[in-house]
Amino acid sequence: MNRHRVDSLGPDDEVMPYSDDETDDELEASSEEEPEVMPGVPKLYLILFSVSEMAWKVKANDRPYHQLPEFQKKVFLCIKKSRYSGNDIKTYKYNVLTFLPLNLYEQFKRVANLYFLALLILQIIPDISTLPWYTTLIPLVVVLGVTGIKDLVDDLARHRMDKEINNRKCDVLLDGGFQDLKWRDIQVGDVVRLKKNDFIPADILLLSSSNPNSLTYVETAELDGETNLKFRLGLRVTDEKLQEVHQLAEYNALIECEEPNNRLDKFVGTMLWEGERYPLSLDNMLLRGCKIRNTEACHGLVIFAGGDTKIMRNGGKTRFKRTKIDELMNYMVYTIFVLLILVAAGLAIGHTFWYEEIGADAWYLFDNKNQGASYRGFLSFWGYIIVLNTMVPISLYVSVEVIRLGQSKFINWDLQMYYPDNDTPAKARTTTLNEQLGQIEYIFSDKTGTLTQNIMEFKKCTIAGRSYVNLETLKTRPVDWSWNRQADRKFTFMDHSLVARIRSGKDKDANEFFKLLSLCHTVMVDIFPSGELVYQAASPDEGALVTAARNFGYVFLSRTQDTITIKEMEEEEKTYEMLALLDFNSDRKRMSIILKFPDGRIRLYCKGADTVIYERLSPNTRHKETTQTDLDVFANATLRTLCLCYKDITPAEFEAWSRAHKEAQVAMFDRDGALDRVYEQIESNLMLIGASAIEDKLQDGVPETIATLAKADIKIWVLTGDKKETAENIGYSCSLLTDDMQIHYGEDINRQAHRRHGPQTSRQGKKKPTEPFFPAPGKNALIITGGWLVSIDFVDMACECEAVICCRVTPKQKGNVVSLVKKYKKAVTLSIGDGANDVNMIKTADIGVGISGQEGMQAVMSSDYAFAQFRFLQRLLLVHGRWSYIRMCKFLRYFFFKNFAFTLVHFWYSFFNGFSAQVAYEDWFITLYNLAYSSLPVLLVGLLDQDVNDKLCLKFPKLYLPGQQGSLFNYKNFFISLFHGIFISLIIFFIPYGAFLQTMGQDGEAPSDYQSFAVVTASSLIFIVNLQISLDTSYWTFVNCFAVLGSIAIYFGIMFDIHSAGIHVIFPTPFTFTGAASNALRQPYLWLTIILTVGISLLPIICIQFLHKSIWPSVGDKVQQTLEERKKPPTFQRGQRSRRSAYAFSHSRGYADLISSGRSIRLRPSGRGGPQSSIREIPQREAENI
Amino acid sequence: MGKEGGCGQNKTMVKQEQELANRPDNTAFTQQRLPAWQPMLSAGIVIPGFVIIGLAFIGIGVALFITSKNIQVMEMDYTGFEPDSDCFKCSNPEEKNCVCQLDFNISSRFEGPVFFYYGLSNYFQNYRRYGVSKDDAQLSGDLDNFKSPSDTCSPYDTDGIKPIVPCGSIANSMFNDTFLLYREVNGTNELVPLDGKGIAWWTDYNVKYRNPNVTPLKEAFEGTVKPLFWPRPAYELDTSDPNNNGFINQDFLVWMRRAALPDFRKLYRRIAQGDYARGLPAGNYSLKIAYNYPVLSFQGRKKVVFSNVSWMGGRNDFLGIAYLVIGSMCVFMSIVMLIVYAKFKFPEED
Repeated sequence: MNRHRVDSLGPDDEVMPYSDDETDDELEASSEEEPEVMPGVPKLYLILFSVSEMAWKVKANDRPYHQLPEFQKKVFLCIKKSRYSGNDIKTYKYNVLTFLPLNLYEQFKRVANLYFLALLILQIIPDISTLPWYTTLIPLVVVLGVTGIKDLVDDLARHRMDKEINNRKCDVLLDGGFQDLKWRDIQVGDVVRLKKNDFIPADILLLSSSNPNSLTYVETAELDGETNLKFRLGLRVTDEKLQEVHQLAEYNALIECEEPNNRLDKFVGTMLWEGERYPLSLDNMLLRGCKIRNTEACHGLVIFAGGDTKIMRNGGKTRFKRTKIDELMNYMVYTIFVLLILVAAGLAIGHTFWYEEIGADAWYLFDNKNQGASYRGFLSFWGYIIVLNTMVPISLYVSVEVIRLGQSKFINWDLQMYYPDNDTPAKARTTTLNEQLGQIEYIFSDKTGTLTQNIMEFKKCTIAGRSYVNLETLKTRPVDWSWNRQADRKFTFMDHSLVARIRSGKDKDANEFFKLLSLCHTVMVDIFPSGELVYQAASPDEGALVTAARNFGYVFLSRTQDTITIKEMEEEEKTYEMLALLDFNSDRKRMSIILKFPDGRIRLYCKGADTVIYERLSPNTRHKETTQTDLDVFANATLRTLCLCYKDITPAEFEAWSRAHKEAQVAMFDRDGALDRVYEQIESNLMLIGASAIEDKLQDGVPETIATLAKADIKIWVLTGDKKETAENIGYSCSLLTDDMQIHYGEDINRQAHRRHGPQTSRQGKKKPTEPFFPAPGKNALIITGGWLVSIDFVDMACECEAVICCRVTPKQKGNVVSLVKKYKKAVTLSIGDGANDVNMIKTADIGVGISGQEGMQAVMSSDYAFAQFRFLQRLLLVHGRWSYIRMCKFLRYFFFKNFAFTLVHFWYSFFNGFSAQVAYEDWFITLYNLAYSSLPVLLVGLLDQDVNDKLCLKFPKLYLPGQQGSLFNYKNFFISLFHGIFISLIIFFIPYGAFLQTMGQDGEAPSDYQSFAVVTASSLIFIVNLQISLDTSYWTFVNCFAVLGSIAIYFGIMFDIHSAGIHVIFPTPFTFTGAASNALRQPYLWLTIILTVGISLLPIICIQFLHKSIWPSVGDKVQQTLEERKKPPTFQRGQRSRRSAYAFSHSRGYADLISSGRSIRLRPSGRGGPQSSIREIPQREAENI
Repeated sequence: MGKEGGCGQNKTMVKQEQELANRPDNTAFTQQRLPAWQPMLSAGIVIPGFVIIGLAFIGIGVALFITSKNIQVMEMDYTGFEPDSDCFKCSNPEEKNCVCQLDFNISSRFEGPVFFYYGLSNYFQNYRRYGVSKDDAQLSGDLDNFKSPSDTCSPYDTDGIKPIVPCGSIANSMFNDTFLLYREVNGTNELVPLDGKGIAWWTDYNVKYRNPNVTPLKEAFEGTVKPLFWPRPAYELDTSDPNNNGFINQDFLVWMRRAALPDFRKLYRRIAQGDYARGLPAGNYSLKIAYNYPVLSFQGRKKVVFSNVSWMGGRNDFLGIAYLVIGSMCVFMSIVMLIVYAKFKFPEED
């Protein structure tokens, strides 16, 4: 696939086409060539007219229309329903009537529960009922009950949520007037009115708004996590004709558009109204989940409602995630099934032979049933299936669930993962994945909002060769802004000298610097009634710069289409006439503004990347070298820099240029190119003022966290929509990239792949194994752009690197990278992100983590774990994950062991009772063993155990390695548990056997009866399993102690009750062990037998453990040993590093078009042919934002 | 809140609490900081522990072994399998009411109290279907179950017409050999008194098995038949003692308490009366056996056992030997562990 691409020069990351249509196919399509896209014609319009996609028809103000037979779909047999969903959402699963049947059905879908149901049925058949029915029924009911209650609680919460959302209110146009309806009553085709700060109830086509040009601002935080406002525009025709209620009531357009889908970045449709066809795009849509901002009211037409909306489609089906251990556990249960059948079959054959040899002759066993030996063997097979069923532990699944629930609670309760600033505790949203957290090998992280706070801070600047620093480390008080009424109080700056210079007015350059910042931008401003200014910037960088200017006395107050008003140094407001706005784009890497000063001067202000600015500087500009030095310093501090410069233009010069500009603006062919060339002309001979440095503020503790995780051998990949330079910059600042790493860029993959395969080898050809991509020793890092993320080569190469940064990737690609690694590396992956663009990878990865506490909830809603800060990740993995993994492994190993030890005693006993499926214990003991006598201590180990405390877990990240290797629970461990169980069962049977063979009691009575034997084996077993778990417990709290002693006490308590006289008198048939306990345990001889059995069972285990620990100590053991020796925490040092391009500007184009064109934007002659071309290129910009 | 002075402070506190409504509790449990003891299997504990346990086990083993050795046991097979044995003539199932005699000699005094057991081998009282073939309600004196015994008793629930009481295989196969022990005193045989009281468990006699509250007992059994293999009905099991009849007959109780293993002994009588309270004096004895119980058909063996007991019960060398072996192993392993520990803890080079 796309081979021609890989072989060619490769995609330039700046011009990568960014519609998701392409990336959709990139990994799925096999070798089809990309359709040739006409230059300059976005794909959108090609698709626009493909009829097949236009199957969704919506008629405005016409509810019956959507019930027409042609829009019906079959729901069930012949019941038909409209294919348009209503707007009520339903996420709950059960109602009062369906809870019991549905929940039971769901539970019996589990193989284990079904198995026990089958057993129960077997036990009812008298011929093979070797155990009474209650031995299975009681545990099964308990298990089903616990799970059922948990499901019920979950579902009640969903009911509440749904109700709350469905009952929100919204104005809907009905019968010629707006009525206040609940969300659930909104239907497709309704015209609705939304007010400021309303949530949008459905996917709505924007018709008109109270703002001019039907401009409507929306906050898409819930969708994509971005907090900066987006704007949406209605069609001109609807804006003009649909302002009044009566106009809206008469509105009867037919919308034809795509079927409901989950693409948040795409919408195509047409509106057929009054005989004309109008194209619709995402620009016209208000999506459910967004919020209306800065717009008094707007009107819209509901296109998709309820389950059809894009957000619901997106949140739709969560993939059911399972942990590795889950899978392993299932396979082990199957192994046990097989073992069970083999053992039962063996014993059945044994019975057949025994019956032929002995049983048939034993007159006392005569049962008047004319059954042959083989048939008896067959019955005995089923009998043994029942007797040995406890090998498959019924309470395993429910116990595992309880443990995971507990561990999730511990995550929720963890104060060290609680972020007090926005009152957000960590939240385990899935309770089934905890132990997987201890096995992570790859982390995929989003950048913006995850590693960084998405807050830009004006940190430093260099003005006319003099540099000013804003560092918290300077032990001075921050600058007092009280002299400036408009100052933003949140802005702090430490360097007092700069303020002093500006206020003195003597430093012309400094004043010019901030004047430029307050004028040369595309920021929009809102003035609140209180007089407070709120800036809306296309990128946070710009916002930071304008805010800085505002605090330094150059307050940007307002702008119109062609003027900018600022206030300089608390003096009168000055209005500058804006002659031209030369907007940013990613090629130009700069923006300029040409202003006519109030005094008539014409001046060009320009800000841009140092590389592009330096090329265009006037030869007689000053401070070039000093500024360059400062820029290097800034870049080394991983700041994002911008050079600021100006140029005075004579009116004549401007006249000439302006003409050329106008011509270019209306050019029919390659207008963008023409404009660029014109811009190029004027942006020359610039005079440098200085440079600003902005810090893309990292979240707290990010570098430390990444360093710690890297030490735990977790590979961290950063997937970001940002540019290569920005991403690399962040890579360094968060210590993902270090100076001892050799950085490889995306282009290398080409060369490397060539070297490996030879030029003509097909990519599908067999991969040469194990030839490393990077033969040179040392650490490698890879920085790669979205277009390269297609091949297995990429995965191989990337996995050899310590760090990988993928830039300019789309959400789809993010998901694809994750699934590639999952697929080819079979590794456990974790994705962490905060926005809707991360949803894909969060859902794809084995574990998805959402950054919560910000406004966007999409990532959190689809995540498995959510917390407020990236740095909590190390605690989640290294502490909670590790503990959970170790606990779960311990639990499972012990659980299997305990059931083998318990069940296999029957097996040994079979050889001495004619293979008659006689059990070795009392029935009640079998019933209660897993429920009451042995489960609590191991459950507590599964919940509370810690081999080392949390501080050490974090201090020695190497302790995390056993989890990644899965070395604590695998088939080897399973078989060790199996053999341990077999060993214990042998001892539990044969020691009492030897003791019982020829003995009499103290008082001469024969104690060698079956019931005494059952009491002795059962008591030995209880002591052994409870002492064994005591040995396995490495964290003894009073609860553990209580549980172990409690279990033994409960055993004796219940046994003496069941064996008491009273209960036999009341129920003679089920309780037949009357007096057995008291008679047997009266005998010192039997106590000595129990002690011996326990001793032989435990002493070898202790011995082996001790020897193993001495000879092959584990990482944890070594940590304990070296704890005293190593006191110094590793110091983290940042070395010298080479100059990096630290150019940083807005992620996207500014609002320049919107500003400069106003209403006229739609009237501009089209150079592209499509009717849509008048509307700006939103798709590209959208993608860049991601 | 509301009082001056503290008011403002309270307000800020309340406000703070509201702001941090989601803050998790800071308790030792929720923060997983419960005080705990983290035991390590350190050499300082394990090696001395093994030595101590080993020595203790050896001590117990020696005590058990010596005790066991001091217990006198005399076991005699009377199945009559070998043609030259005394009871060979009775081993033919055709032979009814056969009595055979076993002569034996006790060279030195058999210390009392002496217990007299009968033993069966290759007899599967622990066979599952045999084990459930009884009616516990019937055996606890429930008259309803006299009329309709439980299905579990099949095929010994009815004789086709009338219900069998006590029903089931276990009762039906009750051991019915009887023994009389004679001591040769001055050329004549003197009957050694055998005490059959209190040979069953107290709970079986008093709780688990009860006759119906009907006197005379016989009336309760009206309309029922005796088990097929029984010579006499349950209410006439002991003709000498009317209180030892029905379900609380001691021999019946002993038989009903089924054995754990296919080789078992059951207490038949105590020898504890009169002159024999201190044991059986040296001399010649003869045992008269009413041989009724067929075992040869399934290769079973019958035997009688005379034994005295100690604090640990009857003679059994197994436990003593096992303790000695395990104790020695512990001591041995402690030495091995010490060597391994020394070798790996203090490597030679380092």
